[in-house]
Formats: sequence, C-alpha cells, structure tokens
Amino acid sequence: MTHLAYILPAYAVALLIPALFAGDAWRRLRRARARLLVLEGGRRR
Amino acid sequence: MLGVVDVFSPTAPPRGARGLHRFANPGRFLRLAGRVLPWASGIGLLLAAIGLAWGLFVAPADWQQGDAVRIMYVHVPAAWLASAGYMALASASAVALVWRHPLADLAAVEIAPVGAGFTAICLITGSLWGKPMWGAFWVWDARLTSVLVLFFLYLGHIALTRAFDSPERGYRAGAILALVGVVNLPIIKFSVDWWNTLHQPASITLTGAPTMYLGMLWPLLFTALGASFIFVALVLARLSAAVMERRIRALLAARAEGT
Repeated sequence: MTHLAYILPAYAVALLIPALFAGDAWRRLRRARARLLVLEGGRRR
Repeated sequence: MLGVVDVFSPTAPPRGARGLHRFANPGRFLRLAGRVLPWASGIGLLLAAIGLAWGLFVAPADWQQGDAVRIMYVHVPAAWLASAGYMALASASAVALVWRHPLADLAAVEIAPVGAGFTAICLITGSLWGKPMWGAFWVWDARLTSVLVLFFLYLGHIALTRAFDSPERGYRAGAILALVGVVNLPIIKFSVDWWNTLHQPASITLTGAPTMYLGMLWPLLFTALGASFIFVALVLARLSAAVMERRIRALLAARAEGT
C-alpha cells in the first residue's frame, strides 16, 4: 500500500478524537447518575 | 431569563412550540435518550467499522492518487458532519432564542465541542492528504480557509458560552454567534465553484449522479452514515449528562435555600 505514512495517522486521528469524546461523555454520564442517585435518594428519605 | 431552578418548573410553552416543549421535560428526554443512545452507538460503530475496513482493504486505489485516496473515507464524512453539526448548532440556537426551549441552549453547548472535533478531523486528514497530493500540508485555498473559519466559529462558541458568570448570558451570546456564523456554510459549500481552488469540486451532489466509481462510493456512504450515527450518539450522551448536571445544580440550590 502506498502513502501508508499519511493514511495511518489520518485513520488514527479519525478514531482517536471520537473515542476521546465518547470516553468523556461516558465519564460525565456515570458521575452525574451517581450524584443524582445520592441527591434524589437523600431527598426522598 | 431561565434560571437553574426554573428549568424544572412547569411553565406554559409559547404558542407554536408545544410539540418541541414535550421534550423539555428532563425526565422524558432522558428516557428517550436512554432508549436511542445504545441503538445510535451500535449502528454507528457497525456501519463505520464496515465502511473503514471496506475503504482500507477492499476498495480500489485511485489511478492518480494511489492509496492516498483511502484518506477520503475518513475526511469526507468528517467534512460533511462539520457543516451538518454547525447547522444543528445554529438550529438549536434559533430554537433557544425564539422559543426559549430549555434544552435547546444545552443542546447547542453540547453540539459545539463535537462539531469542533469533527472539523479538526476534517482539517487534519485533509492536510495529511494534501501533503502527498499537492506537496503541502496547507494552502490558503478558499475551501480550506472557510473550513478553518468554521473551526474558529466552533471554538468561539465554546469560549463564549463559558465566558459569563451567568450561564444564560453565555448561551444567548453563543446563540447569536452561531446564527451569524451560518453565513459561512454556503461559502464552504460553493467555495470550489465561486473561486479557482486547488480543492476539487463535489463528487456527490443531491441533484446529479455521483462522478465516483461505485466501488469507492459504497464504503464512503457506509462511513458517512456510521459517522453520522456516532455524532448523534455523542451529542445525545453529552446532552443527557448536561441535563443531569443541571438537575444536580438545581437540587443543590434548592437544598442551599432550604438550610
């Protein structure tokens, strides 16, 4: 395959950036769910 | 002006926006997003994986570009989503400004970083294609420059929405910037027709037959559709988190007022 030195970084960037966003979203969701559970659980008691 | 706690109080929606306001209820939105998110992520990942493998290993090399044409399978979907994402950002901003939809301002705030990310992919992969094809990573071509302006508009929106002590003022300033920036979208689209550019004109249009070999077109459509689902999934996940974070702030504010 020709131009591999350009193709591989292009694919790496295209995979890495959405993966970083997905990781960040997943962390935010998990943290918010846990926090909300504590706060709303406390409110209902 | 919507306060943090106001978002969760039942206020009558303006006339003409009742359909939209059905999803203003955070609980209803979170339930809907929770159902759509696994499907959007799964379909997006599957289509993108098929399209990327097809483009990388099965689709033929171009007779002029050689294998560098394979960069197209990541560059073109990112370019389409950079523009489509900005249209979504501007639409959410318009809904927030006109109808004061309580989720629209949050949607705009969460779309902007994802749109900036896809615009960055478009610019970086375009540079990586440009070096072997044009002999330069960057030229001040009308298409490249207008997409760079789009990237700065996204960054400007991200900065502006976070620049005020009152989030609502930030949302409003960001919404105005987003609407003004829409003027850049036709410039991006028609830059290759209006000016004499190095960047090639569109190979796929809504009105005419594609000028691309079908063996290259199919993997491109798979990656484009897959990337679109992934974009939607990322925005939905971020927006769900933002809705919950807003509720957390409201609960903490209510608790602070009660003590």
